[in-house]
Amino acid sequence: MNSPLTPGIAARRLDTEMLAQNFTDLHAPLNPHEAAVAADRCYFCHDAPCITACPTDIDIPLFIRQIATGTPEAAAKTIFDQNILGGMCARVCPTEDLCEQACVREMAEGKPVEIGRLQRYATDTLMAKDVMPYQRAAPTGKHVAVVGAGPSGLACAHRLAMLGHQVTIYDARPKAGGLNEYGIAAYKTPDDFAAKEVDWLCSIGGITIQNGKALGADLSLDGLADDFDAVFLGVGLGGVNALSVDGADKDGVADAVSFIADLRQAEDLTTLPVGRNVVVIGGGMTAVDAAVQSKLLGAETVTIAYRRGREAMSASRYEQDLAASNGVKLMFNVMPKAIHGNGATAEIELEYTALTDGKLTATGETIRLPADQVFRAIGQTLTTDAGLDLAGGKIAVTGAGRTSRAGVWAGGDCAAGGDDLTVTAVAEGRDAAMDIHATLTEGATNG
Amino acid sequence: MADLTTDFLGIKSPNPFWLASAPPTDKEYNVRRAFEAGWGGVVWKTLGEEGPPVVNVNGPRYGVVYGADRRVLGINNIELITDRDLYTNLEEIKRVKADYPDRAIIVSIMVPCEEQAWKAILPLVEDTGADGIELNFGCPHGMSERGMGSAVGQVPEYIEMVTRWCKQYYSKPVIVKLTPNITDIRKPAAAAKRGGADAVSLINTINSITSVNLDTMSPEPSIDGKGTHGGYCGPAVKPIAMSMVSEIARNPETQGLPISGIGGVTTWRDAAEYITLGCGNVQVCTAAMTYGFKIVQEMISGLSQWMDEKGHTSIDDFKGAAIPNTTDWQYLNLNYVAKAKIDQDLCISCGRCYAACEDTSHQAIAMSPDRTFSVIDEECVACNLCVDVCPVEDCITMVALAPGTTDPRTGKVVPAEYANWTTHPNNPAAKAAE
Repeated sequence: MNSPLTPGIAARRLDTEMLAQNFTDLHAPLNPHEAAVAADRCYFCHDAPCITACPTDIDIPLFIRQIATGTPEAAAKTIFDQNILGGMCARVCPTEDLCEQACVREMAEGKPVEIGRLQRYATDTLMAKDVMPYQRAAPTGKHVAVVGAGPSGLACAHRLAMLGHQVTIYDARPKAGGLNEYGIAAYKTPDDFAAKEVDWLCSIGGITIQNGKALGADLSLDGLADDFDAVFLGVGLGGVNALSVDGADKDGVADAVSFIADLRQAEDLTTLPVGRNVVVIGGGMTAVDAAVQSKLLGAETVTIAYRRGREAMSASRYEQDLAASNGVKLMFNVMPKAIHGNGATAEIELEYTALTDGKLTATGETIRLPADQVFRAIGQTLTTDAGLDLAGGKIAVTGAGRTSRAGVWAGGDCAAGGDDLTVTAVAEGRDAAMDIHATLTEGATNG
Repeated sequence: MADLTTDFLGIKSPNPFWLASAPPTDKEYNVRRAFEAGWGGVVWKTLGEEGPPVVNVNGPRYGVVYGADRRVLGINNIELITDRDLYTNLEEIKRVKADYPDRAIIVSIMVPCEEQAWKAILPLVEDTGADGIELNFGCPHGMSERGMGSAVGQVPEYIEMVTRWCKQYYSKPVIVKLTPNITDIRKPAAAAKRGGADAVSLINTINSITSVNLDTMSPEPSIDGKGTHGGYCGPAVKPIAMSMVSEIARNPETQGLPISGIGGVTTWRDAAEYITLGCGNVQVCTAAMTYGFKIVQEMISGLSQWMDEKGHTSIDDFKGAAIPNTTDWQYLNLNYVAKAKIDQDLCISCGRCYAACEDTSHQAIAMSPDRTFSVIDEECVACNLCVDVCPVEDCITMVALAPGTTDPRTGKVVPAEYANWTTHPNNPAAKAAE
């Protein structure tokens, strides 16, 4: 048995019981009474700001009223009408930056209606009954390829299947779900929820998932375009930005996304090694997820090192506070200068930064932190080259995800525009499906 | 999904949710928006006779009773009938009905209690193509001082007379809207039926003063320092309205007379309850005035979900289902004995049950030094007050004693057979049960 003080990178720093406790649900689900009380706070605003703030435009006041009047199943339907991954979004959406930030109660009292938890209450209620509230339309005879079984691909596939099209989803990984399955902190989606959600979503029928098929390696866009009536690309961002400082190639330097994925897929958390002293470079949700989970695995010290100030951090204040309350130290205005150690990482040298005339500059002052493990969480990049026009390093799209190639749509993180959020990906997948449907059926009616 | 289509007096509507005759149905703009939002029908704001329209106050028309968090529990109003020109209203009704043939439009009417006045307006209303009329015999403020509204509704003979005129000069269904500001609601309902009414709708608003401004010493809403009683409506009046509905549904004289239920319908559940008490549909006003027209979406989804869960395929499946179980006190089973039971796992030890029982009821709850609350069966009369004041749902329940067991309070064995007051030995009028 190791402990948080065990030097280097080691597994089993905490016992099984403590790990289970650490990785349980971040927020316990609301019970019916709590849901009723929380729902009662909603004012049923007209043209509600929360709806505007939701990338999928869920009719939030309506679903909350449906909870308040004892019909959470109807509430779930209201949610799924707009966002078929409403269950996952209820768990992972940064609601503090979206619907709950816009809630008039937030403005009035600094205490918004708990929209995220209420959404989870509704969707969990319906999904627990294993009911798929949608039926497929009559078959259209059209077959659409969806590349990537992440949020955008799944949302696109479900909508297309509902409209009567046949869908084949290809995914490079062994399991479907994309970042829902591989990229989100374990305590946000325990009990294998991502996989269950995929099964539930696919229960509408008409969707086939083929795992282990990557665009480029196993599939070509030309081939897909020939074989299918339309193609949707929701391949995400496969690459992780490199850290270009001295010592970045030492053992102990790793990608935060891989660490998160390993953790999500680990059957036994006691087998997962983590450093005694961990430093995470970055300022987004991935950085927070990696840092908090390192701490929960038993690291003695965990530091998030972010090169700009707190206000520029893309992780919300809520996420920052979550990290802090778990014992993660947040350092601002520091950037990596070098990683030191004899073969393996032992220390990280950070240099302070300052913003002068809107430009970030190094001040020359440095600080060294003990670091057995350094996680890179400094952004991801598109690795798929399908010969499509790009914009800002992502697939360029116009309208509802139309790429530069006719018959090929794209959405989610791989497509330009929009925040890299699960909920945004769902909206893009859904809207692309509607556009694909319109395009495919337009031909049918004309013919 | 359950079929919510409603056939009320032959008037079809896609759902049983109609907007009541009130400010929300005052004009074409509102009614079109209501139909777009999904309402099944509207009763157009009450029309008066030809000529200069009535004039409303230019100060506040509404007073309100709030719950915590400013939840609107009841609203009263001192607004009169439509203050717009008769012909403007008639033209608008005609246009909207033509554009929404699948929705119900009923025209509410209030003219003086003279045959000529009704004879004059009815053909004009008939010409709009509206599906029926509703006679406003209920408005308790302003118009009643001019011999209309509740001044008519409080005199059954007038109701019968006017209803007869309407049936004579109008070919489509006639609904009589009843005022609750009366001692026995069965009388005006029966009068309406005698006059030939196709249905009654109830309740109209209740005479009320919602609050008094303690600085100006005037009732709210206050107009230049003076207030008057208004008509009260909203969730607060629902229990009163449902009782009146049930009385009409149960009265042999009016049994089977179609009823449109009005009074505090705010959710799908309220509507379902009214329908089980015999209503063919419901009318809504305060909920729409508080939350907007969109609220009907929740009513529709909720009612259809409940119907699906219960296996009801149409409104008629459960219409009046609670009427056979609505009876007089004298027929309640006095041999039914229950005791309160506290679930200790759910109890949060607030002690409200104890305070209620110890101070105001039967001293049937014991409190231990460690704040454990338990029922004393020897004292419990099953009054239900502890259940009512307990903040935790299902923590306290009423459990029936099985026949054959001894009631610790009375020392008597609980009989299996039903026995009510009519046969009870304490009743001097009891008939021997043999």
